[in-house]
Amino acid sequence: MSSRMPSVVIVDENAARASIIEAGLIAAGHDQVTIINDMTGIVAKITEIAPDVVVIDLQNPNRDMLEDALQLSRAVKRPVAMFVDKSDSEMMQSAIDAGVSAYVIDGLRQDRVKAILDMAVSRFNAFSKLERELEEAKTALENRDVIDQAKRLIMTSRSVSEDEAYKLLRKTAMNQNRKIVEVAESLVLSANLLDGRQS
Amino acid sequence: MIEINSGFIPLTDAAILIIAKEMGFAEEQGIALNLLRETSWANIRDRLAVGQFEVAHCLAPMPIASNLGLTPFATPLIAPMALGMGGNAITVSDAIYEKMCRVGYSGQFDASIAGHFFQKVVSNLRQNENQILKLGVVHPFSAHNFELRYWLSSVGVSPDEDVQIKIIPPMLMADALNAGQIDGFCVGEPWNSLAVSKSFGKVITTKTAIWASSPEKVLAVQSDWAEKNQDALQSLLVALVKAAKWCSVKENFEKLAKIISADTYLNIPETLVLGALSGSLSSSASINADHTLPFLEFYDNAATFPWQSHALWLYSQMVRWGHLEHSAESAEIAKSSFRPDIYRSALKSTDAIIPSGNSKVEGALKTRTAVGAASNTLYLGPDGFFDDNIFDPDKIDRYILGQSNL
Repeated sequence: MSSRMPSVVIVDENAARASIIEAGLIAAGHDQVTIINDMTGIVAKITEIAPDVVVIDLQNPNRDMLEDALQLSRAVKRPVAMFVDKSDSEMMQSAIDAGVSAYVIDGLRQDRVKAILDMAVSRFNAFSKLERELEEAKTALENRDVIDQAKRLIMTSRSVSEDEAYKLLRKTAMNQNRKIVEVAESLVLSANLLDGRQS
Repeated sequence: MIEINSGFIPLTDAAILIIAKEMGFAEEQGIALNLLRETSWANIRDRLAVGQFEVAHCLAPMPIASNLGLTPFATPLIAPMALGMGGNAITVSDAIYEKMCRVGYSGQFDASIAGHFFQKVVSNLRQNENQILKLGVVHPFSAHNFELRYWLSSVGVSPDEDVQIKIIPPMLMADALNAGQIDGFCVGEPWNSLAVSKSFGKVITTKTAIWASSPEKVLAVQSDWAEKNQDALQSLLVALVKAAKWCSVKENFEKLAKIISADTYLNIPETLVLGALSGSLSSSASINADHTLPFLEFYDNAATFPWQSHALWLYSQMVRWGHLEHSAESAEIAKSSFRPDIYRSALKSTDAIIPSGNSKVEGALKTRTAVGAASNTLYLGPDGFFDDNIFDPDKIDRYILGQSNL
């Protein structure tokens, strides 16, 4: 019995993120992991599963409801303590920074809980990094697009080559101490305005 | 510049903090106030606990509950200032409202009258259709929960037997009502106005009508930080009280509504904020209890003073609804969670009118009354409960004994 891994519920409306945490936990040997993406009837679901650990994303506005439900479920199971160890503020800090929190059935072995939370924290961080990189990639693409548009505008109106158009953009940006993409954006915007087009 | 990070939940009564930043009151006191919007009270509590927030917009019972060890991850907090009084209302679905009208209700905000008809509907539904109404509040340790329970109980509805009280975040309240997950709720503005504007429900009574001049949000401060940063805290309190005064001036209401309804704060149409300020949550009638007491008070009647009698009443309700057993030690912890001494020493050299006592008998003042103050004339009251019960903090043992929890 003592070798049984604690059962975990992951409450996260972001299904992709929940899945990568689940995968991590399963890889670490957890065989009782349940994901809850849909918040309707969450209290009943958790009461039914009666997990040892609940991992929840901090952006979830239903956290107060969940906490209340976990406290009320004292009748069903042992009391639910918050987090790992109140004295482990570093752990708590890193969890909050990562945007995740966990509720733990009182009496669960500290090292087990810590392993679960560590996993959730690192996967949350990895997920945020991925999202950031995607966002940056998207912005980079959009920037290239707007610079291309600006180049074409200059090529047409000044009858210059693409290379010269780019040099002109860069020179203007340097003179005005702005980014090339900003100069390109204002050029495209004013061209659209003069054209009467909406972007 | 001293940097202070404060969390807030998107609610009209976050105005004092927002205005302190946006109108430059904080900066004037040498404070760079960073406001961070949060999605749950649990997040506010946790970020206070690990020191990511030095202060926060907080439900008045939360510091008390935290100091009494009643919340997960309890952390020592103090409330050296209140962030206004009133501001909540009870809204029910159109279906329940119609049922109330069918038994004789005609839209009065008076808590006794609304309560009388609400009780009839609750009892009819329970007896004839075996239906138990579900009501939403934002947090177990909220004034909403305690005033709703007080009101229900006084009009003969058992909050635990005759209805079911559920926890729902404020910004999801209107949708929950519309989806039929709940039949009514007690929430702060602008979330009643939102439900009314979408024709999901109607306001039947207000916090002010249940308990006039009653506490709602406080500035929660991490005890440790307060201890080590007394000057910074004092400067912050001066800035916030100045902001509160600005918020209470009628001529500023439009600007106030414009500022706090912005995307980064409440992210809601201005008109929904303006209603609570000018005293009309619905097109029908004025919600202001009477001409001396607005629905939401930011400054007058010592609205920012952290009365220890308020802390003790909230504590008495925690006892009443089974969160803990009453003891002299617990009452003392609850009382000293509110810190009028810090408020007084911070504000003493300003023109703010400060009460000379730390506690008052709640329900003693039937009308607005001039009372003793450290300087100038302070007006207080009315501060009564709708059922005319009186809470004397010096006789808390007897009060607790006399409470029914049915």
